[in-house]
Amino acid sequence: MSFTLYDKLWNLHEVSQREDGTYLLYIDRHLIHEVTSPQAFEGLKLAGRKPWRISANIATPDHNVPTTDRDKGIAGINDEVSKLQVVTLDDNCKEHEILQFDIHDKRQGIVHVVGPEQGLTLPGMTIVCGDSHTSTHGALATLSMGIGTSEVEHVLATQCLKTSKLKNMRVNISGELQEGVTPKDVTLAVIGRIGTAGGTGYAIEYAGSVIENMSIEGRMTVCNMAIEAGARAGLVAYDQTTEAYIKDKPFTPKGEQWLVAKEQWQDLVSDSEAQFDKEIEIDGSFIAPQVTWGTSPEMVSDIDGVIPEPNSESIRHALSYMNLEPGKKIKDIKLDQIFIGSCTNSRIEDLREAAKVLEGKKVSESIKRAIVVPGSGLVSQQAIDEGIDKIFIDSGFEWRAPGCSMCLAMNPDQLGDGEHCASTSNRNFEGRQGYGGRTHLVSPVTAAASAVEGHFVDVREYLL
Amino acid sequence: MKNTSTYHKGQAVPLNRDNIDTDQIIPKQFLKSIKKSGFGPNLFDAWRYEDEGYPGQDISNRKINKEFILNQEKFINSDILISKKNFGCGSSREHAVWSLMDFGFKVVIAESFADIFYNNCFNNGLLPIAISEHEISTLLDLSNKRKEIEIDLQNQIIFVEDNEIAHFEIDPFRKKCILEGLDEIGLSLTHSSEIKEFERKHSLKSPWIFNKESD
Repeated sequence: MSFTLYDKLWNLHEVSQREDGTYLLYIDRHLIHEVTSPQAFEGLKLAGRKPWRISANIATPDHNVPTTDRDKGIAGINDEVSKLQVVTLDDNCKEHEILQFDIHDKRQGIVHVVGPEQGLTLPGMTIVCGDSHTSTHGALATLSMGIGTSEVEHVLATQCLKTSKLKNMRVNISGELQEGVTPKDVTLAVIGRIGTAGGTGYAIEYAGSVIENMSIEGRMTVCNMAIEAGARAGLVAYDQTTEAYIKDKPFTPKGEQWLVAKEQWQDLVSDSEAQFDKEIEIDGSFIAPQVTWGTSPEMVSDIDGVIPEPNSESIRHALSYMNLEPGKKIKDIKLDQIFIGSCTNSRIEDLREAAKVLEGKKVSESIKRAIVVPGSGLVSQQAIDEGIDKIFIDSGFEWRAPGCSMCLAMNPDQLGDGEHCASTSNRNFEGRQGYGGRTHLVSPVTAAASAVEGHFVDVREYLL
Repeated sequence: MKNTSTYHKGQAVPLNRDNIDTDQIIPKQFLKSIKKSGFGPNLFDAWRYEDEGYPGQDISNRKINKEFILNQEKFINSDILISKKNFGCGSSREHAVWSLMDFGFKVVIAESFADIFYNNCFNNGLLPIAISEHEISTLLDLSNKRKEIEIDLQNQIIFVEDNEIAHFEIDPFRKKCILEGLDEIGLSLTHSSEIKEFERKHSLKSPWIFNKESD
């Protein structure tokens, strides 16, 4: 019998089938943040239930935390409603003795950056979080899915997710990426190809030479946006790159356990004869830097493209919101703000690559604000140790404290009405980055080069 | 003639667009609440009002966007929402379902739904129904004519004026949950001994998953 990686992960965690035909899938790791957990903890309390296995849970506040004045801690949160949410997370973690990297902790950060960084995300695990971008962790050969708050409560109470089996899709990206083309461009190109509902009902395994040659951080960027293709889970097979990444992280097993684990993890690959319900082939050599022009991630173009003629009500509405005319060149879109950050692109490699582009250059005077928000306290520290913060600051970027920040703008980092932003985040939905804000999703290097020019540029030419 | 057991009968409002994401259904500033209720006034906030909303505000002073379909006279009092492809995509925020229900919607009918949103609906008793593009356009048309739409959940049929418009698929157990309002956690906990037994074997095989602290 041949199995896909998804099938193997499923089989390792299937507890039982309920009478309704759905399955209970055992959850190894449950990540918690402040926005989607308070109602779940309240639900537990009202029903007189307790968390099933405390040590499975790890929490950190990320959505609401400010990226300035962090030395003040919770007192630095000016919005009283946001503050209450962060305090509520503190209270719930204390009450249930759940490990939390709180607002003062140097390990605090975006939950999807923190998990892998700490070795809390380990190959072979099932991982859930009340956050759709949990698909990120699939880069380490885990089965990781975003869930709603009722499911958060269910997982807290039972250590299981009630779920049905997903179908298997494999996206093969062959060839070799051009210089200046990044994992972000790969994941956007896949979404452009299959659409935002193309992966609905599937787990997507990303494979092929482009993925094999990609770093773990790059694979995380790719898997992060599986949800933007409609797939709850993205996956990449275990290999030497995975092993090298995971070795010696704080929560990675040590000694004898490490040897046993490493041996077990070798099997976390799809069998060569495994059958997929759907296979997509993409030649990575032809992927150009990508820029979204609309209000759905599938509204995406090569950097040298133009705004298309609308052929649906959705596109007409999007172009009206974005204030873009059909036929306009992507490169002619003028920018107001630049955001480098989010669970998609805030890791050290993202910051290094963007800094390379910015070194010795200045952000255009036409840009009102350019900010860079590292994914965690430890990413920030590493960047400071490497002098990367200084490159950003010298070029005119603001260096901020870690959190989700302007990806969803729950904190004070927001776009103004009508402003165009080159953003390394994952969603260009209306108002996502601020009321009336116009988001263009791009890679960190495209964001950096476009910051310098004040409009979109082809970073491939820029690097010459 | 039909022989129906009506789950719900009401008027529908058509939201004729693909990819309605949960950021549109309930914008991020309202996710700061630690409660499950009170989101209705801010459902589709950026589309319903002409100003930017914030939590805890007195909505009676806000300027209404009269163009937006939920605000149009003829669609007021609708409690069924009709939309197109990939409804509820994007963020996993269950607040999207809470706000639709708090506003008064009982049923959402669309060509397709995003996975997480679809699960969230059932966990709260909001009925999501997926039907074909052709059937959606029939319903969009009928809802514009203010015809009452009748959902027979037992037999999985949508009727308008006693005519069958569409038959829909739904998982039998989920149907039962919507009709009877079962406690999902309670039901899963009847499997406690299996979960414990699984956990025991799992911890023998892969003990590092159960490590408590980093060293």
